[in-house]
Amino acid sequence: MLRRYRIRKDESCVSCLRCARECSFGAITAEDGQTLSFHHERCVDCQRCVSFCPTGALCITEDENRFRSNSVFRQDDIREIDLQARTGGVLLSSMGAPSESVPIYFDKLLLNASQVTNPSIDPLREPMETAVFIGQRKEGIDRGSDGRIVDNLPPHLELRTPIMFSAMSYGAISLNVHKALAKAAETLGTYWNTGEGGLHESLYPYKRSTIVQVASGRFGVHETYLNTAAAIEIKIGQGAKPGIGGHLTGRKIIGDVSKTRMVPEGLDAISPAPHHDIYSIEDLAQLVMSLKEATGYRKPVIVKVAAVHNIAPIASGIARSGADIISIDGYRGGTGAAPKRIRDNVGIPIELAIAAVDQRLREERIRDRVSIIASGGIRNSSDAVKTIALGADAVSVGTAALCALGCHICASCHTGRCAWGLATQDPELTKRLDPEKGAERLVNLVNAWTREIQEIMGGMGINSIEALRGNRMALRGVGLNAKELDILGIRYAGE
Amino acid sequence: MKVLDIRKDGLEDIGKQGIGEVTITGCLGERYIGCGMKDGVLHVVGTPGNALASYLDGGTVYVDGNAQDAAADTMNAGLLAVKGSAGDALAYGMRGGRVYILGDAGYRAGVHMKAYEEKKSILVIGGRSGSFLGEYLAGGIIIVLGLGYEGRNITGYFCGNGMYAGTIYLRTDKTPPNLSDKLIRRSVDKKEKEDILRPIISDFASAFSIPAEKCLEGSFIAIEADKSKSYSQLYAAV
Repeated sequence: MLRRYRIRKDESCVSCLRCARECSFGAITAEDGQTLSFHHERCVDCQRCVSFCPTGALCITEDENRFRSNSVFRQDDIREIDLQARTGGVLLSSMGAPSESVPIYFDKLLLNASQVTNPSIDPLREPMETAVFIGQRKEGIDRGSDGRIVDNLPPHLELRTPIMFSAMSYGAISLNVHKALAKAAETLGTYWNTGEGGLHESLYPYKRSTIVQVASGRFGVHETYLNTAAAIEIKIGQGAKPGIGGHLTGRKIIGDVSKTRMVPEGLDAISPAPHHDIYSIEDLAQLVMSLKEATGYRKPVIVKVAAVHNIAPIASGIARSGADIISIDGYRGGTGAAPKRIRDNVGIPIELAIAAVDQRLREERIRDRVSIIASGGIRNSSDAVKTIALGADAVSVGTAALCALGCHICASCHTGRCAWGLATQDPELTKRLDPEKGAERLVNLVNAWTREIQEIMGGMGINSIEALRGNRMALRGVGLNAKELDILGIRYAGE
Repeated sequence: MKVLDIRKDGLEDIGKQGIGEVTITGCLGERYIGCGMKDGVLHVVGTPGNALASYLDGGTVYVDGNAQDAAADTMNAGLLAVKGSAGDALAYGMRGGRVYILGDAGYRAGVHMKAYEEKKSILVIGGRSGSFLGEYLAGGIIIVLGLGYEGRNITGYFCGNGMYAGTIYLRTDKTPPNLSDKLIRRSVDKKEKEDILRPIISDFASAFSIPAEKCLEGSFIAIEADKSKSYSQLYAAV
């Protein structure tokens, strides 16, 4: 079968063999320790060798040799048929769905700005509030017999910026990535999420910035884990693989991963597709309340679901279950490993899901019962602003955070050979990420986005995230049909 | 030992009793009793509600009536002993400790139970269990004794489907109905019965003051995952 990429070097190569040492996929090797040898078929185009080549001699390109082009059976279709014909296996993939035929609605939304009739605000000169509080809001104010207001506020999360880090488990990613995320979240005044692989003991000091996840496998979940967190997230589904479970192969369950997940070394860790103790909204309510019981009602409980066709009524059910926060992960959400057909064909884009959920909860007058976190393909600060204007309280980013740590989105996480040392447990590879430096880069990224958000809001004459939330008048659409505008709840540009 | 009435004293006050031995009476469906309990002994008189002893983390809970759904959910350590029967989703995701049910268990008992190092989850059901017993079993031991159901099926359908570690022991010679071809059924020899089953079953019997020999009578079969048919063979990386 044809190779996908071709590795080339030019005459500036000094044969330092650095590329061979960096390549974790075996695409570049040093024969008898001296001569470079290229194995193009193993290359995943992760760009690690290119980045580390001291003379800039390397270049990776798509292989020019193609199958005969056909408008129905594309290159990948033929390649995948061959792979499955050879192996009989379910296709496994990673990162978010790359499908070009599903629109990225963010790119079709335009933001407003103030001109003449209302003044814009200069964020460098005037206060601009990016802090948000997420959790339940009480419908009324209670007063004591003395007339004073009774503090009846349920527990909240306070975010200094509306950007959080998405759930990525220890096992899918390395401990160094978890360290970088935890440290950055603490510095930024936001939250990171353990995913379902448990929380490594060395990260217990970051408990005030940590959200712990309870997924169907219940790996690493115990009373101490639940109480070493600012909030607890029940994971029902994720955008990349709605409706199916997880499977961490025994190969990745070694050393501390085994200890943290509390799964014996070398044994597969299977997360069943559903939680078998949740078959209804009533059962979900019960798990929410039992988690609150176990943690003394001191922590908000988040329910994370994938954006699917009936997301609005599902969100309505969750809002009525006693959960404080709903986290919705869209079609383009990332993953460490998911069956390709599921990743590319199941679920709906986050933009439509958030608009539909916000609208439905408002109509039912229960929008304030829950906060909404949106995720799934948020690439920059304007995507974040648009998501909030469509109705989210905050956003969370996973892939963007990994990119800040070096990821080049080669989508090979499921191989466990990540050359950037992120999605791997190989000690030789994980040490490629310095958690201190990583945290610094994450802090830079989120600070930069926050500044941009302030600037965008200032331009619109808005001075707080609170005033931006669900503010659909701040958005106009281009290249959208009437139905899409209707679901997004926005007008066409020029209207 | 303190005796408290759940109707008068409320769950919150009972929770404040701290370490020691406490009896609560008058239970009529109150949920989350013993939730996350780390130590102490709790005797429950009456019928507790759902999510009894969930996240149990070292405490001991005795129930003289029936338990409802989701008892011992995500339990980590300790003992739950129920003199009556248990509802659905018993011991879901349990990692350690012991759950003893003298009567029957409903659907989905022992789904995704696990074991890790010194932690080994043990679930013993005195009567019979419903369908989906021990699905996704990832470790630990499930024993169904079928007391009073001799000669009949003591599990429902889909017993052990998707299990990949751990063992289900059944006191019967009958293979469970529609047992998956990814599972192995074998008979239990005398040595295994004495070494593994006797200590657990004796402990179970003493918790309810019933004769252990009666529970050990007759032959046992064991159900385990067929390691040659693991999940990882399902996939092909793009």
